[in-house]
This record gives sequence, C-alpha cells and structure tokens, in this order.
Amino acid sequence: MSDATFGLPVAPAKATPAARHARSEAITAWLLSLPAILSYLLLLLLPTLAAVALAFTDYELGADSVRWIGLENFAELWTDRGFRQSFVNTVFYVGVVTPGSILGALVIALLIEAGVRGRTLFRAVFFLPVVSLTVAMASAWQYLLHPTIGPLNGMLRQLGIAGPAWLSDSGMVMWSLAGIGIWENLGFNLVLFLAGLTAIPRELYAAAEVDGARSAWARFRLVTWPLLGPTTLFVLTITMIRSVRVFDTVKVLTQGGPNKASEVLLHSMYQEGFTFFRLGYSAAITLVFLAIVLALMWLQTRVLDKRVHYG
Amino acid sequence: MSGIRIEGLVRDYGGSRVLKGVSLQVGPGEFVALVGPSGCGKSTLMRMIAGIDRPDAGQIHINGREVTGLRPAARDVAMVFQSYALYPHLTVAENIAVPLALRRLTTAQRLPLVGGLMPGARAARRQIEADVAQAAESLGLGHLQGRRPGQLSGGQRQRVALARAIVRRPAAFLMDEPLSNLDAALRVQTRREIVDIHRRAGAATLYVTHDQAEALTMADRVAVMQGGEILQVASPEAIYADPADLRVACFIGSPRINTLAAEADSQGFVRVAGMATGLRAPMTGAITLALRPEDLQPVAHGLPAVAEGIEFLGESLLLHARLEDGTGLVLRIAPENRGHLAAGARLALGFDPARALLFGADGKRLPARIQAAEPALV
Amino acid sequence: MVERDISWARDLPRLAVLTILGLLLLLPYIWMVSASLKPADEIFAATLNLLPRRLWVVENFGTVFERLPVLLYLWNGVVVCGGILVFQLLFAIPAGYALAKLEFRGRELLLGAVMLGLLVPPHVPALPLYAGLSALGMLDTYTALIAPSTISVFAIFLFRQFFKSLPDDLIHAARLDGMGEMAIVWRVVLPNAWPAATAFAIFSVVAHWNDLFWPLIVVNSPAHATPALGVLFFRTTEGDDDFGALMAAAVIMTTPLVLAFLLAQRRFVEGIATTGLKG
Repeated sequence: MSDATFGLPVAPAKATPAARHARSEAITAWLLSLPAILSYLLLLLLPTLAAVALAFTDYELGADSVRWIGLENFAELWTDRGFRQSFVNTVFYVGVVTPGSILGALVIALLIEAGVRGRTLFRAVFFLPVVSLTVAMASAWQYLLHPTIGPLNGMLRQLGIAGPAWLSDSGMVMWSLAGIGIWENLGFNLVLFLAGLTAIPRELYAAAEVDGARSAWARFRLVTWPLLGPTTLFVLTITMIRSVRVFDTVKVLTQGGPNKASEVLLHSMYQEGFTFFRLGYSAAITLVFLAIVLALMWLQTRVLDKRVHYG
Repeated sequence: MSGIRIEGLVRDYGGSRVLKGVSLQVGPGEFVALVGPSGCGKSTLMRMIAGIDRPDAGQIHINGREVTGLRPAARDVAMVFQSYALYPHLTVAENIAVPLALRRLTTAQRLPLVGGLMPGARAARRQIEADVAQAAESLGLGHLQGRRPGQLSGGQRQRVALARAIVRRPAAFLMDEPLSNLDAALRVQTRREIVDIHRRAGAATLYVTHDQAEALTMADRVAVMQGGEILQVASPEAIYADPADLRVACFIGSPRINTLAAEADSQGFVRVAGMATGLRAPMTGAITLALRPEDLQPVAHGLPAVAEGIEFLGESLLLHARLEDGTGLVLRIAPENRGHLAAGARLALGFDPARALLFGADGKRLPARIQAAEPALV
Repeated sequence: MVERDISWARDLPRLAVLTILGLLLLLPYIWMVSASLKPADEIFAATLNLLPRRLWVVENFGTVFERLPVLLYLWNGVVVCGGILVFQLLFAIPAGYALAKLEFRGRELLLGAVMLGLLVPPHVPALPLYAGLSALGMLDTYTALIAPSTISVFAIFLFRQFFKSLPDDLIHAARLDGMGEMAIVWRVVLPNAWPAATAFAIFSVVAHWNDLFWPLIVVNSPAHATPALGVLFFRTTEGDDDFGALMAAAVIMTTPLVLAFLLAQRRFVEGIATTGLKG
C-alpha cells in the first residue's frame, strides 16, 4: 500500500501525512472486512466453485475414488427422463405461479389502494402466508386437498361435483402445487405492489383526470401501469427466482410423486445428492438450476430494465 | 356569462371548514391571481374548480355552464400543477398530446398498433401531431419533443406543463403555484411568459400563488384569501393602496405595513400616543392606523421613537424604529435623506394624513376624513 | 381520484370483494385450526362443519406435546435463527461500513465479490458444504445449521447502501471529535444502523425459521431439529392419518412467527418490502 506513488519521486522513508492517513484508513477497512471476507471465501466462494467442479466428476459420498468425467453428467441429464420431467415441471410451475401471483397481487393491491378502509387489515391477511411456516401450511393444504376427507372436495360434493385427487392424480398434482405456490407468493408481491402504488404522485391522477381520462381504465393505462413498470419488473424477476426454488411443498406433499409427476429441479437435486449420495450428478443439476437463475437475472438487467425506467 | 364563476363554495375536512362560502368571478380573458398564505384554502378552491375535489355546498360555473357535479374531463379546463405532473414515461410531444388524444380519439382508436387502423384515426392523429408541434414550438420546446421529462431542466418541464395546458384551447386555465419550483431568476422571467401566453390564448385564468410579487405583477385583479375566505378582490394597485381589510393590508407589501394602535375620541378625532393626527374616523374607540413604510418620515416634531437599525437596500434604506410604547416600525427612506440617523439615535416620526389607512376593531377599513380644524401632527 | 371520503355504501363492493378473497386465502388456516379441534371420527366424517361437535383440543394438542419435543424444536428454531442473525450482523455491518465510507485499494474488488455473491442461491454451495461438514463429523450440530448462513452478501450489500446514505459529515465530525475508526464504527455507525438492522433481522428470521432445505440435509435427529423439520418428523412417525394431531402440530409451529407478525405488522411488511431484493 505504501508504494502507491504513481511515478512521483516521493522519498519512501518519510510518508507524507496524507499517505499515512490513507494507509491507516486502508488497514482499518481491511480489518473491518476481514470476518466477512474469510467467511465469504470459506462458506460461499469455495463451496460454489467446488459445486461447479463437482459437476464434472463422478463423486459419490463414501466412494474411494473420484474421476474427472467431463460432460458425462450433463449427457446423462439430457437422456434422464426423470430429469426432463423435473425440468418441464419446474418450468410449468414458474409459468403458472408467476403470472398468477403477480396478476392476483396487482388486482388486490389496486382494490386495497382504491379506498382507505381496511388497508392494514387486508394487507395483514394477504401477507400471512409469507410469515407462516411453509411445512406446517403444506400439511394444512394436504388436509384441505385430501381426496376423501378434505373440505375442498367436501364443498365440491355439495355442488354435485366429484373432486379430483388433487395431489395424487398425475395430471392434477402440478396444478395443485402451483395453486399453493400462488397462495404463498401473493402476499409478498402484494406488499411490493402497494409500495409501488404509494410512490405514484397523486397529482398525476389529478392531471390525468383534467386531461380527459374519464374511466378508471384510462387512468390505469395512462398513469398506474407505466409508473408501476419498475415495480412490476422487479416483482416479475423475484417471483420467477422464488418459484424456480420450489422445494418445501414438493418435499412435504408429494416427494415428487406420483411417479415423478411432480418432480422439480431442487427436489431432484436433493434426491440425487442427499438420498442417493450421487454428489457429482446432483451438482450437475445444481448448475442447471444456477444457470436458470442467472439467466433470469440477466433478463432483468439487460433486456427489460431499459424499457421500464424513465430518466 | 363566460369565464369562471363560483358561488358560496363550502368545504369541510374532518370537522374543520376549509372554505367558508367563497365566491369569485374570473371574466372571459381575465387573469386573476388568488394569493394567500399556505393553508388558506386557495389550492382547495382551485382543485374544486378543476373537479379534482368536490364542494360540500355552492356552485361552479364555467363558460356559463354549471359544472359543480361534473368530472374534471367534462369541464373544459386545463390545469398546470405545482409539481407539473408530467407523465414520466412519455416524451415531451406525447405528454402534450395526452389531452388531445383522450378527447379526440375513441378508446378503440387509442389502442396501440390496431388503433391506427380504425376509421378516421389516421387523420385525427395527424391533426394532433400538428397541434402538438405548434404548441411545443410556441413555447420554445420544438427541439425537445423527443425527450422524456426526466431529461429536462426544471424550467423546461414547466414549459411542457404549460404546453400541455394550452394545446387544447380550454375555456379556462388553472395554475397552481406553477413557478414555485423554479429558481429566483427563472421565476421572474417566466412570469412574463405566462402573462404573454395568457394574452395570446385569451381564456379566463385563475393563478394561485403564495407570492404576492407574482400576484401583483401578473394579474389583472388580485384576490386575497385567508382562513378559507376571500377578503378582497381588486386591481393590484387598489389592493396595495386601498386595502379593504387590515389582514389584506398586512399580507400585501414588503416590508409589512406598520400598524399603530390609535384612539378615536367622542367626535371621531384620531389620536396616536396622545397626539392628534388630523384624521377623523366615523366611529369612536380603539382603532388601528396603518402606514406603508414609505409613508412614514423622520420629521422635526412628531411621534418620539428610537432608531434600532438600518438596512441598506441600494435604491432605498429601511430604518427600523421603536415607539415609546414598544411598537416596532419600519420606514423606507431615500439614501440621501439618511442624515445622521444611526442605531440608538432619537428621532420623531410623522406622516401625511392622506396616506394613512384606518381600520376598525373588526379589521374592516374605515373611511377617514382629513380634518384641517384640528392641528395636524405634521 | 376525487378526494372525497367515500361513503360506506359506495365502498361496500370493494370491501366485499376483498373480504371474499381474504377468506379464500385464509381457508387453509381456518380448516387447519378447525381440524386441530376435532376428534378423528369427525374429521373422517368429512362434514363441512367448521366447529367440532366434541371438542378435542386437549387430546390433539396433548398428542403433539406427548410425542413431539415441541419446546425443544421451538428452542432450536430460536437458537438457529438467533445464531445466524448475530453472525450475519457481526460480519456484515463492519464490512458494509468499510465498503460505503472508507477509501482503500481493493474496494472495487470486494464490491464485485459481493455483487457476484448476490447471484448465487444458497442451494448451490449446499453439496460441498454438506460434504465438508460430513468429513469433519459435524453433521447434526448447531454449527452445521448456523455456519453456512453466517455470511450474507445480501446483508453486506444492504448495509453498504444504507451507510452510503448517511452523511459523510457525520463521520468527519466524529473524527474531529477525536474518535478512532473503530470507535466510529462502534459509537457512530452502529447506533445509526438500527433501521437497516431491524429490516434485515425480520427478513433473515422469516427466511431461516421457514427454511426446510438446509436443516433437512444436515439434521437427522430430533435433538437439533428446527420447527420446520419437527413438523416433517411428526408426519413420518405418526403417519398421515392422525390429521387432528398433525394440524395441532402445524398450529403450534406456525403460531410464534405469525404472532410476532401480528404484533409488529408494519415493521414486518416494511422489512420485507425493503429487503425484498433477495427473495
């Protein structure tokens, strides 16, 4: 640090007061960051790099030897029907939960924001799933959706409809899980939308009315929707990333069944890695998962960000 | 009767009455400034005329049509907001086009992509573009039409807001403190431009401000508002020289008008600190005598006072003085008349009785007669 | 946007729609509580009565407390969440301050590392961390539960953003008053970090209290099980049939955080909304 002279002929023996100050500030900074740096290296960077490396090996927990096998794991993934199913299911889940929970949250946010009564109450109600223990609530859903004793099918019976086996019918199970996913994410998105709505200046609505926007729809198109753009983009990315990570409900409710009909990426990764201890193969799934998350973030910053920020 | 006419507007907010039966008329082509301290209800009044807020009682007429219950869109008024309220996602040209597009195009014609295919849409769009270009040009925004509000300076944004207001030639303009977000130099320059725009457009204009200088320099008539009521509506000259109410006299003019406690005796002769003033009021008892700073002078014989300090303003001096009863006064005097005045000096103050304003205990203006029979103070 | 106090009558449709949607959302809670009060035969009768004919609270909740070390699980949850939070703050606040307010070579590099870390979901380093902990014989310990989460790049990022908005003059004034850099962190920066720290604390506790993935991987005995894992254990040991007791367990494990939320609702919502960044 001391020889940061930039070619100036400064006598190295005697540091100027300015240089001494800069030096002590730098030492302080490194000291303050040290715990974070060490734990970052040890607990985040190193394991992440190891995970990447692992994906190219045949490492199994307890095995004697490790072999570098290149892209073999990925080739196996490509032909693995179970993994394909898991990939498709994850895409389906994201594809249903994202629009569902965003649209629902937006409508509810607009309804709450349209008046003053009951704001805090309704916000609290819709937010409740966010702070509820997912595993416990999954159990509640299991009861609610139980084909014979579940209240949902009970209600359908009253209407003369024979309800499906929500969680054990292979055609139905992903829809059920996605429904629960919407239920889980709604409150979170709602809070973000409410924050976005409050940030819209009231005067813009007044201006829109004076300018001739007579209907609520015209004002929504002219003011609310465009000004909510950055919030919506943020909510969109966050919801996609959150829903790619679906694990808890699958683990509790279906274990990926019936017959892999509800297998999702993280659950496959968990199964391969921690049930069958095929760490190399599991790491390959992790990389696919990471690639999806990174692609979504890239989409946010590069493609969509330019369209919704006005400056 | 065209222009804006409001009658007996009342508005309550959570138990307190913000507007106490306000009536006001802005003639066709007239520029009326509504001036008052913040919280006096002037912005509420303006928002009611625009239709953004609704009155609890009273009526609003625009161009001879009652609009009290109508939506803002149906009122044919344009408003310039304090914050400008430009749509941040639209370009300058698109911002200016909004009121035209919302009025001239049907919902179907406004649809993106397919809207252009609707019958008549193409021609209407072309007309809008021409009108927008003209409005932008007239405000010197021609080269900025493709920019977004975020890329403009405060003064440019303000012009866009003005352009958006004039583009559709409304029956009335409402301006809510449009200059308060500009820096001082730009504010003075823009004052004249707004007056100019008003003259060209020729529509009734109501201009809300808390800045009396804006009101006095720009308006044909000034309405002074305080505590939810309009105290006086008159020309700028009359508001300054001939205020109808002590509150008006105190609000208008800088430095503030001097007020002296006075006494009208049984015959109405007015005395200040026991000295005759040569004025006669149509009543007896305690009254207030008010004098503008430029209407008080140091004289040989008059009200005894002590000079407390002098502020040099360039073209004039402000002399702060205090009477024996503790009343503080401000005099505006020409620098050459300064003489030996300095802080701590004793002096006597006098005035021309013709310049003095008398107000009753209720604050209402009293007619004063100059009574030569009495020995005058001066 | 007419700023009138909308009358009850005109507000009614809005409130009605919200109430119906709210009740739909609360359906799982309503039935969960209802079933936790019912005896098994009433649950299996599958009637749509919300209220039990015979109150079975004592039996259902009794079963849970009898078969499940409920208090241990809750205590484990507190220890794990508390431990994680303390270390996260301990590591992140000084680093966040250094990145925000101090000039030093390598700052850009550290900042880049933080941004890079933000991109990596916690599931990615899970496999090697598991292998490492397994090699060290540290599976099924509090350390295994806490350690991997002690570094939160998100917390560093959050605190850096927060400290950047603190005026430089505050730091300069402290230096003029004769404080050293450590004293500044301890006496000036830390007291000012409260708003960000509470927001982050809420975010962190909610995330780790509800987390199933990591505890499931490293814990396999009840001794260190968190509430989420506890519910799962109960299901596997008791089977899926005793819904009354299962719902009672769910109610017990859900209550602490929900209660905290209801008591400090605004802080929760703000905390989640301001830290929503990470998800």
